[in-house]
Amino acid sequence: MHLAHYLGLLHRAQVNLAEAFRQVGDAHAEEPDVHHLCHQQAKRCAAYAERLRPFAARYSEDAPAEPDRLHSQLFTGTRTGGIGLLRDLQDLYLMAAECDITWTVVGQAAYGVRDEDLLAVVRDCEGETAMQLTWLRTRMKAAAPQALVVAD
Amino acid sequence: MVDRIAEPWGERTPYGPGDEWPVRVDRYLADGRTDVDVDRWVQSASVLHSNGDAMDIGVADGRIVGVRGRAVDRINRGRLDPKDLYGWQANNSPDRLTRPLVRDGDRLVESDWDTAMGRIVARSRDLLDGPGGWGRFGFYTSGQLFLEEYYALGVIGKAGLGTPHMDGNTRLCTATAAAAMKASFGTDGQPGSYTDVDHCDAIALWGHNVAETQTVLWMRMLDRRRGPNPPAMLAVDPRATPVAREADLHLAVRNGTNIALVNGLLREIIRRGWYDRDYVDAHTMGFEELCRIVDGYPPQRVADICDVPAADVERAAELLGTSQRLLSTVLQGFYQSNQATAAACAVNNLHLVRGMIGRPGAGIYQMNGQPTAQNTRETGADGDLPGLRNWANTSHIEELARLWNVEVDTIPHWAPPTHAMQIFRYAEQGSIKLLWISATNPAVSLPDLARIRRILAKPDLFVVVQDLFLTETAELADVVLPGATWGEKTGTFTSVDRTVHISDKAVDPPGEAKPDLDIFLDYARRMDFRDRDGQPLIRWTGPEEVFEAWKECSRGRPCDYTGITYARLRGGSGIQWPCTEEHPDGTERLYTDGVFHTDPDYCETYGQDLATGAEFTEPEYRAKEPNGRAFLHSVDYQPSPEVPDEDHPMLLTTGRTVYQFHTRTKTGRAPQLDRAAPDVWVELNPADAERLGIAEGDLVGVSSARGGIQARARLCGIRPGVVFLPFHYGYFDQDPADRTPRAANELTITAWDPVSKQPLFKVAAVAVTKLADGRGVPSPAPTIGGSAPPADAGVPATVGGPAAEATSGKE
Repeated sequence: MHLAHYLGLLHRAQVNLAEAFRQVGDAHAEEPDVHHLCHQQAKRCAAYAERLRPFAARYSEDAPAEPDRLHSQLFTGTRTGGIGLLRDLQDLYLMAAECDITWTVVGQAAYGVRDEDLLAVVRDCEGETAMQLTWLRTRMKAAAPQALVVAD
Repeated sequence: MVDRIAEPWGERTPYGPGDEWPVRVDRYLADGRTDVDVDRWVQSASVLHSNGDAMDIGVADGRIVGVRGRAVDRINRGRLDPKDLYGWQANNSPDRLTRPLVRDGDRLVESDWDTAMGRIVARSRDLLDGPGGWGRFGFYTSGQLFLEEYYALGVIGKAGLGTPHMDGNTRLCTATAAAAMKASFGTDGQPGSYTDVDHCDAIALWGHNVAETQTVLWMRMLDRRRGPNPPAMLAVDPRATPVAREADLHLAVRNGTNIALVNGLLREIIRRGWYDRDYVDAHTMGFEELCRIVDGYPPQRVADICDVPAADVERAAELLGTSQRLLSTVLQGFYQSNQATAAACAVNNLHLVRGMIGRPGAGIYQMNGQPTAQNTRETGADGDLPGLRNWANTSHIEELARLWNVEVDTIPHWAPPTHAMQIFRYAEQGSIKLLWISATNPAVSLPDLARIRRILAKPDLFVVVQDLFLTETAELADVVLPGATWGEKTGTFTSVDRTVHISDKAVDPPGEAKPDLDIFLDYARRMDFRDRDGQPLIRWTGPEEVFEAWKECSRGRPCDYTGITYARLRGGSGIQWPCTEEHPDGTERLYTDGVFHTDPDYCETYGQDLATGAEFTEPEYRAKEPNGRAFLHSVDYQPSPEVPDEDHPMLLTTGRTVYQFHTRTKTGRAPQLDRAAPDVWVELNPADAERLGIAEGDLVGVSSARGGIQARARLCGIRPGVVFLPFHYGYFDQDPADRTPRAANELTITAWDPVSKQPLFKVAAVAVTKLADGRGVPSPAPTIGGSAPPADAGVPATVGGPAAEATSGKE
């Protein structure tokens, strides 16, 4: 059973997203909404990762060796300025999208193993992850014209 | 004779439930004049608070000499606020701006209109050239101009320049009211009516020191409280305000925890069966999710978060839950605090689950902080679109494009209009290069003033300021335009409860000062904005033409003005919108049938996540199938962005005194009001003061991560751990060479609510230290209002003396 690998993938994606939210929040402290909400979301992502831990342990015993190229690297550090903000939010968006689809996949597997506990976690977290995507999209839509068309 | 400084609320005229509020006409004429000395009375209403009190301006020898309340008006029945009785004297102040000023190096020099407007137009044309020109303009307007002025400005911005960067200082006072009503009911628009005070059996005041912010509404409440079968009263406020002292129950919550309190109250009301299941089923959506969230707030947890006794939470729930006609009012203690929109929506939830909406006595006032804030919202001179339209609904934008005869995509609608704090951020970053500020004073009123001054002083930012006086903001401008004010121009404006009043011109403005409308129209003419057919975009020449055009814009929308004319507004009472052919006398209450403005084609928003501000899309909204039902939005408590720590162990909250308005531009120039509250003070709880070695009148330093100020201490009834500063005091009346930091906003944090984008003025972490001994001289704080000292403190009472003698009585 390969579920453990996907739980590991999701766990690491949530940890990475938490760290990226923290870094982007700090790098753009002069955008108070970005700063505050990024740190708030970082805490949430870290909490989701924690909630996955017992399930990773539960299924690791049955897991064969981890396949190649399981994890992806979507974030390599923050940028500055108006376009920098847009690009950083875009990185977060892609990372949150990775989490989002991974929650879906893990949720499907949870049905497969009839794991009601895991399903409950997926239900809580996938909605919140979708909201992170919606927020990032909203913020980027508002920022894009000024950053790409107006700013010197 | 009555000294309305010593008695801001005057004599009581008690009345019972369902009775008409008795008339009491308040009047003040300067220099011992009486009615016979008045040449004529000119109809108007108040612009020194948001209550919308109707008054007449007394004119003698071409000058304003006094005012009287209008007995015929539904809002005040003749009464006036002390700021209205005395504040008009600022019109006659010798330091009014009478000529345009332009910058010459480090000085502003007197000029003429052609030169001043020429500079603005030359800069505008230069900036408009090339792609993205629209994005180089920012407009920051007011809550004190007239409807016609806002609408003209809105058309200039949206159809002339095509910029979304326009907001009002209404963002600081009323954005959360609008956001909460949109979120819960589908559109902006106050459900209730001031007459709900006449019928209610309980009043809950949520972060609303109505006694000092809307004195006439407080008089109405007090008159009910002194009459037969008085309403019960609940106050939620960290300070011992007059409201808190009057209330049957006062919850002095820890700043920034409102949502936890209201969630806890909702839990009790639902668990004890004090909700209206039929109303919930028929007229709301989201009840199950609401129950799930509020279930996490049992009284003891609320007590822990909010630092109030658990038993008081239960008592408050009983007061609210067992009333038959509940009236709620909400203001800055909620709007300028943590989780503002969520907390304001939670009050809406309380009324929705109890079915307390749309009938006499059962109402909600999501209040405004400013006299004409309602109109900034309606006309789209702030972060809303004209006619309370939905920026994300293309057919709403098409309606505006048809009305103005411009291309749809001329009107920016790719995202919500830019909010004030973001406008200043773009200016800070240099992408906004022209900032036009009308009738507001951000150099004293925005958070983190050192930053705001730095932005306004940037050499590459061209700042236009339109005002009556050389304010702290005008000092930093490149061009200063002298505006005419209330009493010197004609226009209309609308109160919290949707009552429209006219304010007629009584006297000429001083010197070359011009009505703000004339200034905007002059700019439009000089810029030669054109419509789709190459005709002038704006052809209006005066306020009544603009009002008639606005009526068309409002047609079919919640704020429908089509049944109102200038002629109908003159002579009688104000009229409540919607006012149409079918409802020629206006509409007293909205949602009387429980059908809300949530239809997808009609609503003003497709909704947002209250925790992040994430915008939902039209398909997502339609999928909810609201069918006229109201939304019950519920969220969990989250701590404020800034909480006390070792370096800054106390919480700062800011607010008003009854004697001053905003940054004292007018009230600081009215002698009676100025003397009553002449200088800044800081309120401390006696226990905190003792720990810090501070006595009444001592000079105290208050500092945050942003800056520091000095103020004399007033020991009074504020909750322990919290300090209060009035935000009125800036620097215009200090020697420019020797200014002592005293503006509360030197300390406040740049942060805002994720939905309403209203700045958080109520939750800065500060440190407090004693700087110098007061030697027994008390602080300049008034002894009336939230700053009232304990009875045994020996502080001389605030009085106005002979100069403040006014009349008051039945006529």
